[in-house]
Amino acid sequence: MSERVMKSYRFREEREADWAELDRIIKLAESKGVGGLTDDDLADLPHLYRQAVSSLSVARNISLDQNVVAYLETLCARAYFFVYGTRARMGERIAQFFARDWPAAVSATRGPTLLAFLCLFGGALLAFFLTLNDSEWYWTFHSGWDSRNPNATYEQLRDTLYTEDLNIVDMLGAFAAQLFSHNSGIAIFAFALGFAFGIPTAVLLIYNGVYLGSFYAVFWQKGLAYELTGWLFIHGVTELFAIVLAGAAGFMIGGAVAFPGRKSRLQSMRESGEKAAMVIIGAVIMLFIAALLEGFGRQLINDDTVRYAIAGTSLVLWMSYFYLPRRGEVDRRD
Amino acid sequence: MTDATTIDASAVEDGKRRRARMRYLEQMAKRNRTLVTPEGAALNLKISTFGERFGAFLLDLGLQFILIFVTIWAIATVAGAMDVRGWQIAGALAQVLIFFIRNFYFIFFEIGRKAATPGKRALGLRVADRRGGRLTANAVIARNFLRELEFFLPLTVLFSFGAEGVDTWINWLLLLWCAIFALFPLFNKDKLRIGDLVAGTMVIHAPKVRLLKDIASVEPLDGGTIKFSTEQLDVYGIHELHVLEDVLRQSTDEIKTNVADRIAKKIGHTPVAGETALAFLEAYYAGLRRRLEQRMLFGDRKEDKFDRR
Repeated sequence: MSERVMKSYRFREEREADWAELDRIIKLAESKGVGGLTDDDLADLPHLYRQAVSSLSVARNISLDQNVVAYLETLCARAYFFVYGTRARMGERIAQFFARDWPAAVSATRGPTLLAFLCLFGGALLAFFLTLNDSEWYWTFHSGWDSRNPNATYEQLRDTLYTEDLNIVDMLGAFAAQLFSHNSGIAIFAFALGFAFGIPTAVLLIYNGVYLGSFYAVFWQKGLAYELTGWLFIHGVTELFAIVLAGAAGFMIGGAVAFPGRKSRLQSMRESGEKAAMVIIGAVIMLFIAALLEGFGRQLINDDTVRYAIAGTSLVLWMSYFYLPRRGEVDRRD
Repeated sequence: MTDATTIDASAVEDGKRRRARMRYLEQMAKRNRTLVTPEGAALNLKISTFGERFGAFLLDLGLQFILIFVTIWAIATVAGAMDVRGWQIAGALAQVLIFFIRNFYFIFFEIGRKAATPGKRALGLRVADRRGGRLTANAVIARNFLRELEFFLPLTVLFSFGAEGVDTWINWLLLLWCAIFALFPLFNKDKLRIGDLVAGTMVIHAPKVRLLKDIASVEPLDGGTIKFSTEQLDVYGIHELHVLEDVLRQSTDEIKTNVADRIAKKIGHTPVAGETALAFLEAYYAGLRRRLEQRMLFGDRKEDKFDRR
């Protein structure tokens, strides 16, 4: 060997093949997942990883070759993320979400859920009675462009509840519009604003309750309460439930920030943020279902009894899905 | 060192440059977050800069737009061929599509194996847990739903209400709100946005680096004829060695010749017959690295040419 050859060069020469092998395995794993690796690859991975990590420590101390150190830094980081990273597959994870994580997360947040429920329906009740006593209150909560106001006639109001001519494009349009109606925005907002101690979340929920309650009072006065309830709750059970849950997620984060206990505020926020995320993604799914029910279900079904049946069924289904106790909790993987 | 009385202009210039470099190194060091693996080894993760993150976000946004436009156009063409109401259908479907893309684009990619959206990947970024644990799906969901609050909602409100005679000051307020959230990463040392704060994540810069050939290879270009004395090798330090490495790896022949001339002049090297600039540089690189590594093993790091002990 030439006299010029230095320690760092020999060090590299001896280990280079192993690094390349680890690089290959990690690259494969990154593109195809664990499934893309052979049994040999999996067997080799742990010791190749440990060797690369120790090579990195040594290289930092003996080698002045920037490229080698930079290469090992990234190789080790990639390997680390793979070795200690998440392992469940997308399909598994989605299945697990529906089977266990989502209902578990929802049923674990009963307190905040109750609070959100009270905010929404408390606001609704308040506005309902206010508007019943004096319909001028309606104008405090609504702007003028809505035709469903206290001055509308019985027929005008009734017409808004039923659809005569059916058209797939209109239904699709209604469905799409529902996705973007202020409800889904409110749900996400209620969650996202939670970190300000949950106060904006409460305000949002109450405001929406008020909006709903005064609206309800208008129909009540005209004797259309029964029809409106069917019209509203065929999708409203799902939709309002979703909004309540989103509010509950917001309250969770707000509570964690306001009362962190022995943890630091950041730590506490982060832990509840993870749990709240489950609830909120579930709420988005519920809003999607609600949009389907509103866009298609409500246009197709113009019979009050059937509307009530759907509303009742969906309530029972959601309640039992979320709150019925289950057995056999397996150890959880993320 | 020369006489203290005769400080010439170039020495002052050198000093300034060195201070600037030190400041730069200090800033780079601030970006490093050391993660100790369960094996007890330290990994240096680099926090990504605001610029990188903003660039990645713009890339992702652009990609989403392209995705949406292409799909809408395809739907409209197909539907339009059958029915005059093609555009109406396309419009409704587009809204559904936008709903999905807006809510799930980021989540889908970040839950994936690379923990990065295409935009992030293009810039060598990835999402990681702030304490080095595993990145959970929940954390990804939380950090991305907060993006809605930080960026999309204010903007949507701004665009949709802008025309309808809402007071201008409300629009300005919304813009300010948006700006506070968008610029939040500038004002904390980990460059976190609100979503990262809630989810306990951070975005790191970990581009792929290829392992290049070692310059100090076993067969030198000159056949080992160029020799340097210890004094000649002690002229430069680690910083200059790294600059030389960059020059050798990625510069033009012209630059290499220039650099070779300057080094030869500085160290007082007399060329051997038939010696090329490249051979000289490689030989000097090998000699310098060997010398510096040797000194480093004895606990003596010569940081740069000003470092004389």
